Amino acid sequence: MALKHQTPMLDELEKGPWPSFVSDIKKVAARKPMAEDLLGVLELSYKEKEGHWKHGGIVGVFGYGGGVIGRYCDRPDLFPNVAHFHTMRVNQPASKFYTTDVLRKICDIWEAKGSGLTNMHGSTGDIILLGTTTDQLEPIFYELTHELGMDLGGSGSNLRTPEGCVGKARCEWSCIDTQDIIYDLTMTFQDELHRPAFPYKFKFKCSGCPNDCVAAIARSDCSIIGTWRDDIRIDQEAVRAYIGGDFLPHAGGHESTKRALDIQAEVIDLCPTHCMEWDGKNLKIDNKNCVRCMHCITIMPRALRPGVDTGATILCGAKAPILEGAQLSSVIIPFIKMEAPYDEFKDFVDKLWNYWMEHGKNRERLGELIQRQGLGAFLKACEITPDPRMINTPRFNPYIFYDPADVPGGWEHDPKAFRERHQA
Amino acid sequence: MSDEKERIVEWMKQQKKSKQYFNDVCKAVPELNMRQAKKFINELVAEGKLKYWSSGSTTMYMLPSEGDVAKEEEGMA
Repeated sequence: MALKHQTPMLDELEKGPWPSFVSDIKKVAARKPMAEDLLGVLELSYKEKEGHWKHGGIVGVFGYGGGVIGRYCDRPDLFPNVAHFHTMRVNQPASKFYTTDVLRKICDIWEAKGSGLTNMHGSTGDIILLGTTTDQLEPIFYELTHELGMDLGGSGSNLRTPEGCVGKARCEWSCIDTQDIIYDLTMTFQDELHRPAFPYKFKFKCSGCPNDCVAAIARSDCSIIGTWRDDIRIDQEAVRAYIGGDFLPHAGGHESTKRALDIQAEVIDLCPTHCMEWDGKNLKIDNKNCVRCMHCITIMPRALRPGVDTGATILCGAKAPILEGAQLSSVIIPFIKMEAPYDEFKDFVDKLWNYWMEHGKNRERLGELIQRQGLGAFLKACEITPDPRMINTPRFNPYIFYDPADVPGGWEHDPKAFRERHQA
Repeated sequence: MSDEKERIVEWMKQQKKSKQYFNDVCKAVPELNMRQAKKFINELVAEGKLKYWSSGSTTMYMLPSEGDVAKEEEGMA
């Protein structure tokens, strides 16, 4: 079927062996005028090297300050079907477990009341429904909540939709019940999810083990990462079997032919703290020096497993570059049991939010506030005692500022005299 | 309407910019902490006396009478 708009530049993106979003939109455009005009406005933007979208607005559903992102085309004369093209974020089930019935129903709602185009899933973790009109927002919300039992996710200066890895549902390394944690946090913090009152966005992400499959350490203001505080469990027979070539390293994740594992080169020498030793018969691990890099466990899953005294490490302050550069989270609570109903963790979150809401500037992420005021101020506000594990290299990391009142005798620093002694 | 809500609306009316960050709206009721202020601000939103404006990444608050933003956005103004 001939489309309304000529798209020679977009057509280039259909060439090559990779999947093409242009082909996907064209398929939908055959039945949805909205998708057809979307191709038209995109081609125009490619041609003029200028965007034609206005981002943001007052649109939303009653009582909610998030979940809908207003989007309007600034050329409704040329592309009337995308004059409104609002995005809806739908809170995904924990670990993204769906029934096919639910997926069909979501698609049916969007086919009838939206563009038919989705993004499964956005980098926030939400189901992103792309493109609908203002008058359809409330009917879609009604169907999502009343027929599917689903809710809108977070956007704007809200708590964003909490996200977790697959956790204990399918992963033997998971040290915490990520699905229960995410569900519990989502239900507990409904007000923060839907009624914006933060200086900026706030994200919780939860990974079951330090492999951190949801990249919580890089993407969330508060990362919950499963860990253990006893010893790595070792099956020495299985270690010898890997060396003998009986098991595939990485459980066959990178290769399909059995081979002997070179334990010295592939495991011992790659341990970041050199806390492992192979004496020809047995593998020994100095667990006190293990930093939970997960490499040895990942390469020999039949032989090594996380310990049994499990819990989580809580880290804070990750973000992508906007005002400042990208930051990873810093360890704030080295170990917490993370057992339902998670009261200890929620008490910490309350203190954290009070501090950020009182001291954060507009559009300042938690990590930026910690960087501006120093880790010491944050720890004091959260009533947490400083711990060497919070920083990689004590005295080198500028992230922590010492309080002169806490140092016996305090200190005086005369910068002028210092410069005279250090002139170069 | 409670005294706090009245002061918030009055404060909003006095501002030059139509959209305000949450932190700034809270200045209308300085004796309250942010969470207490949030309760009143959200009640005002529910009553239609304040509106959310969201860019997608940040949310701001505005008075419904501040121009007809919705029409403007839709290119109908």
